[in-house]
Amino acid sequence: MPDLGSYAAEVTAAYIGSIVLLLAIVGLSWRRYARVRAALDEVEKNG
Amino acid sequence: MIALLKRDLRLALRAGGGFGLGLAFFLIVVVLVPFGVGPEREVLRPIAPGILWVGALLAALLSLDRIFALDFEDGSLALLATSPLPLEAAGLVKASAHWITTGLPLTLAAPFFGFLLLMQPEAYGYLLVSLLIGTPALSMIGTFGAALTVGLRRGGLLLSLLVLPLYVPTLIFGAEAVRRGAAGLDASGALILQAGITAGCFAILPFATAAVLRINLR
Amino acid sequence: MSMWEYANPRLFMSWTRSVLPWTFGLAGVCLVVGLVWGFFFTPDDFRQGSTVKIIYLHVPSALMAINAWIMMLVASLIWVVRRHHVSALAARAAAPVGVVMTLIALWTGAVWGQPMWGTWWAWDPRLTSFLILFLFYLGYIALWEAIEDPDTAADLTAILCIVGSIFAILSRYAVFFWNQGLHQGASLSLDAEKNVADVFYYPLLVCIAGFVLLFVALVLMRTRTEIRARRIKALQARGQHA
Repeated sequence: MPDLGSYAAEVTAAYIGSIVLLLAIVGLSWRRYARVRAALDEVEKNG
Repeated sequence: MIALLKRDLRLALRAGGGFGLGLAFFLIVVVLVPFGVGPEREVLRPIAPGILWVGALLAALLSLDRIFALDFEDGSLALLATSPLPLEAAGLVKASAHWITTGLPLTLAAPFFGFLLLMQPEAYGYLLVSLLIGTPALSMIGTFGAALTVGLRRGGLLLSLLVLPLYVPTLIFGAEAVRRGAAGLDASGALILQAGITAGCFAILPFATAAVLRINLR
Repeated sequence: MSMWEYANPRLFMSWTRSVLPWTFGLAGVCLVVGLVWGFFFTPDDFRQGSTVKIIYLHVPSALMAINAWIMMLVASLIWVVRRHHVSALAARAAAPVGVVMTLIALWTGAVWGQPMWGTWWAWDPRLTSFLILFLFYLGYIALWEAIEDPDTAADLTAILCIVGSIFAILSRYAVFFWNQGLHQGASLSLDAEKNVADVFYYPLLVCIAGFVLLFVALVLMRTRTEIRARRIKALQARGQHA
């Protein structure tokens, strides 16, 4: 860890919060992507 | 056009909701605020213009979903679309009817509610003028929002979410004009900008409203 | 072949299939390099201390929050004028990404503001504009979700986006009129006179590239999802009629 001085809490909070948000949108998009793809495969196989 | 306006006004009067409900809601907001922040003159006086503007805005919002809903359900909106009157004009008339039934009474009542909030005496004129200039914009924007959500069964909440951000410029200039007036500053800049926004709304939004209605009637 | 051909859903699916992993990979590389560089290997600012490192998140996300809306506006206009379905779906796909960017910008701004301005939140024009932008995104997404018929939804949201853009710009100038701000001027501009110093500048550029690429990748992926969802709907509708 670099020396963040007296603002360590703020800087880490900003980084962690932002990375969590980014991962959340990527994860949610990915999950829906996989689900819809599976569902389409299902429909096309039966149809 | 005039006939449609008359019909809408008659319907609003007969249903009773339009006039009374908005005003009563406005009154309740104004009465509740002192309970929330305390009755002291020093507290109430500076926030009075803002409360009155926000109250007027919410009261105008209350009756928006009735602008098109009934006409859409009984099919008279589809009839309007096929009539020689262009839908743009119909949207304009609807907005005017909404303004006459809510915006105008709110404007006229606001000074009396100003007494309740112990507003600065110098501010009454500005309050009246800024509401007079601003509330037509509220009605026109609201008509656009109502047209957007007309086909939806439970559009009420969505309508507020769509319309309230669009009210921001009007609210800012309106409340700012009254605040400056109360402080004895020059409020003409805010009033002119507000008039510009209202004029812009009436220039653009009837077309957007008509486009949206055509899509919803498809 | 004109460029519009790329917007044909089938073609879109085929070229994005090969492009998508690359954009994601590149976005990941840029973000990791930029953020690690920024977090570990840049000096502290002499006034702001280590909080200057928040800039690597704050500026790119704020930039993308606005650009996402502009992209939605362009896509909506293309949909209204040329009626490319992919365009409407791309606008829909971009909105939640824009929301996340707005949230990141607001969050990092608040965390930075606490030690620097002594407050989490100030009704400063820039901050307020972002909050209003956030509300616009919410309304836009809510309208998409509320309408059953996909073409009607695309039409209505496109018009909302266009009208909303006008009002967003109006609001921006209105809030400037309303309150003078604490926020510093632009950190970056093309005519570089007052830009940030070079030590901060290069990692910042990498981070911006990372955010842009991530946005592109997410929008492509989400658009692919929407196209597939549309196809499922169409197939099911056909199945019911047969």
